[in-house]
Amino acid sequence: MKSICFYFQVHQPFRYRRYRFFDIGNDHYYYDDYSNESILLKVAQSCYLPANQLMLELINKHKGKFKIAFSISGLALEQFELYAPEVLDSFKALAATGHVEFLSETYTHSLVSLKNKDLFRRQIQEHDLMIEKYFGQKPSVFRNTELIYSDEIGEIIANMGFKAILTEGARHILGWKSPNFLYVNAINPRLKVLMRNYKLSDDIAFRFSNKNWSEFPLKAEKFVGWMKSMVKDEFINLFIDYEVFGEYQRVESGIFDFMGHLPDVVFKHSDITFATPSEIVSNFQPVSLVSVPQPISWADEERDLSAWLGNEMQEEAFNNLYELSSRMDKVFDIDLRKDWNYLQSSDHFYYMCTKYFSSGEIHNHFNPYDSPYEAFINYMNVLSDFKLRLNALVPENEFELEIAGLNKLLNEKEAKLRKYESELKAIQTNTPVRRSVIPKSKTSPIKVSNKKH
Amino acid sequence: MKVLMFGWEFPPHISGGLGTACYGLTKGLSGFKDVSVIFVVPKAHGDEDQTSLKLLGANEVFVTRKQIQFPDIESKLEYYEVESGMIPYVDPEEYWKLSARDVTKKTPLVETTSDGKINFSGRYDGNLLHEIYNYSIVAEVIARENEFDVIHAHDWLTYPAGIAAKRVSGKPLVIHVHATDFDRSGGNVNPQVYAMEKEGMDAADQIITVSNLTRNMVIEKYLINPEKVTTVYNAVEPVSQEEKIRLRKGVDEKIVTFLGRITMQKGPEYFVEAANLVLKKMKNVRFVMAGSGDMMNAMIKRVAELKISDRFHFTGFLKGDDVFDMFKMSDVFVMPSVSEPFGIVPLEAMQSDVPVIISYQSGVSEILNYAIKIDYWDTHAMADAIYGLLNYPSLHTMFKKCGKEEVDNLQWKNSAAQVRDIYLKALKMYSGKSKLVL
Repeated sequence: MKSICFYFQVHQPFRYRRYRFFDIGNDHYYYDDYSNESILLKVAQSCYLPANQLMLELINKHKGKFKIAFSISGLALEQFELYAPEVLDSFKALAATGHVEFLSETYTHSLVSLKNKDLFRRQIQEHDLMIEKYFGQKPSVFRNTELIYSDEIGEIIANMGFKAILTEGARHILGWKSPNFLYVNAINPRLKVLMRNYKLSDDIAFRFSNKNWSEFPLKAEKFVGWMKSMVKDEFINLFIDYEVFGEYQRVESGIFDFMGHLPDVVFKHSDITFATPSEIVSNFQPVSLVSVPQPISWADEERDLSAWLGNEMQEEAFNNLYELSSRMDKVFDIDLRKDWNYLQSSDHFYYMCTKYFSSGEIHNHFNPYDSPYEAFINYMNVLSDFKLRLNALVPENEFELEIAGLNKLLNEKEAKLRKYESELKAIQTNTPVRRSVIPKSKTSPIKVSNKKH
Repeated sequence: MKVLMFGWEFPPHISGGLGTACYGLTKGLSGFKDVSVIFVVPKAHGDEDQTSLKLLGANEVFVTRKQIQFPDIESKLEYYEVESGMIPYVDPEEYWKLSARDVTKKTPLVETTSDGKINFSGRYDGNLLHEIYNYSIVAEVIARENEFDVIHAHDWLTYPAGIAAKRVSGKPLVIHVHATDFDRSGGNVNPQVYAMEKEGMDAADQIITVSNLTRNMVIEKYLINPEKVTTVYNAVEPVSQEEKIRLRKGVDEKIVTFLGRITMQKGPEYFVEAANLVLKKMKNVRFVMAGSGDMMNAMIKRVAELKISDRFHFTGFLKGDDVFDMFKMSDVFVMPSVSEPFGIVPLEAMQSDVPVIISYQSGVSEILNYAIKIDYWDTHAMADAIYGLLNYPSLHTMFKKCGKEEVDNLQWKNSAAQVRDIYLKALKMYSGKSKLVL
């Protein structure tokens, strides 16, 4: 065993408010600002800020021998900027050490890789620009939403020039093979594939505070002991949600102490090093190719897509959403583009999942809905309103084109009418006409500048 | 193990879910070789076949005794009907109103003399509590003349009968709470009814409730020891395979249905308000309120007030095949009950492939996954769910597929097995007690 590769996923979606059907066409604001802000602030206090502080201390203390990687979704970055700029600053401080790698992903933490190659590429580019802007790095390693990966997705990523991609070391893919070696994409072997060691990752992420677990309590010494015993293995990929620190595993569980202590133990008792995904790629030779014909992810026992696209509701919502993508290409309206981005985050589909009925477990920590049906209906209501707005800008067919044209005409006439009415009123009340007309005419024309296509 | 069971009603003479539940439960129990049931019901209407009347003992109580053969099960059910004026689902005041209207019909009144004889006065004094008392007298007689191991009494009208049977036989009493007066009255409990319910629960060795909602009510409102209260959910009889469509929807529109008694307990007013919200947004939908009850006129008035009468229809009371037809025409079924101990109707709707919206305040919401659940008062959420089911097709497809599967797994044989376990528990407790006495 030579290296430990830590990678943390950071993501927060924009959650919707209860958007009832009678809001469709009437109210175009979809977001629950209160819960978005309060959740972000809560997680910032319990996780992002103290965890970043700890990571910074560890990097400084070990003079760069301790290193980590992050993938932060565009939506999370937007929320930091909106609600907690200090979190953004702490990530920037980490970036400034030079020992933190930022990975590429889709800007909106979307499932677009399963639907639309072109859009997939554009969302990656959008995200990379953002990472460069904030952290001064151009990502060279890619991590797809929830570690979703297939040979085909890998090929797209390879063609975009990335060196490597991260995914789950799913048992049904690897079989007898170990995730602790470097693999390559089955279609384009230039792309290296890093597989997550789910056993050791989940020991930290899920089992750490479980008192019924036979290895409880997990101490750094024990954990390092396990890794030391794996003499033939080359590296261990510990890929976990960043919220594990302080949210999923509370501070009282000792998760911060564990993490703070881990590098000390590693350096003291072994010759193991820490490496970022890029370093893994340059330090190790691939052992074989890995063939993943059907998409995998890091979710649940099945390690498939059923958490997001496993039932009829999810399929309908997903298909309805991406039906709009070709028309969205013609839209430059800032508000509509933002809403389009937020509609795509995978969380919305996750909330609609019904497969947890049997186990009865409540799955998502921050799920705002009581049931998957509520999640679905709410999403579809939002999408319906979004479609209406899109139709107004980019009509779906000739009929609607005509309607849009007529509507425009009608609006213009109504605006004129209002203008004349106010003029008339002005005349009737014998006040000077010119004064009231001049400012009015400035405001009265309705916006027609949206039609840019 | 022989069970002496006291009920209210039994098919085909039923007015609500209890008769259906009793039928399903006894049928489920008859699947066990070691369980047989003697079923006793009060007979409220004098239209039954009088030729099979048989006098039980020398006490002048008319009792109908017959045997019922379940179609697919070997064992038989012994069945008694006791002449009585008891009517299910009413409280004493309502009973007075009902009987005051019906003065021509003469129901014999049973009275006991001090030496234990029962006489008929021939006069009718319209006192439900009196009828219940009489029923308990008859229960005593039946209990003396039959061999059995356990007594099982369904709901408050039969608790005194159960207690009486326990008193004369010394056998354990299991009571089955299908509803409490808190459900029926919306909180304004009738003290007499409450007292009888409490007395029954106190006397019972084991209590079966139809949901945890009811269980909590029994524990909290009637101050019963939680250890003797167990929840056994109701189930549904599987529907027959043949699907005869007798009626077709006459309009190419969506139909949203409320089916149940139009009383405060069922929350009809919330359905009307939700309908109004939906109709503001879409036009190709109709709402149907099927059933009758004391709030029906108020609902008709409210619908007219909202000016949605052209889209909102009242059918009156439906029974038998009419219910089936109603479901066949429905696209969504809504049960906005304010307090529903169980609620079997949504299960019947699901059997007919109709997606259901139910209130969290219903016992059935504890066991259903493929149903949209809302708070009864949240008309916005109710309207949103209706709109969603009518406009987003995948919901409908999924509910049809998975809902049917879910409801088919709710079988009376499973509920009956749990009831049987409770009998055994009661017997065990009892034998322990009697040993102590000896």
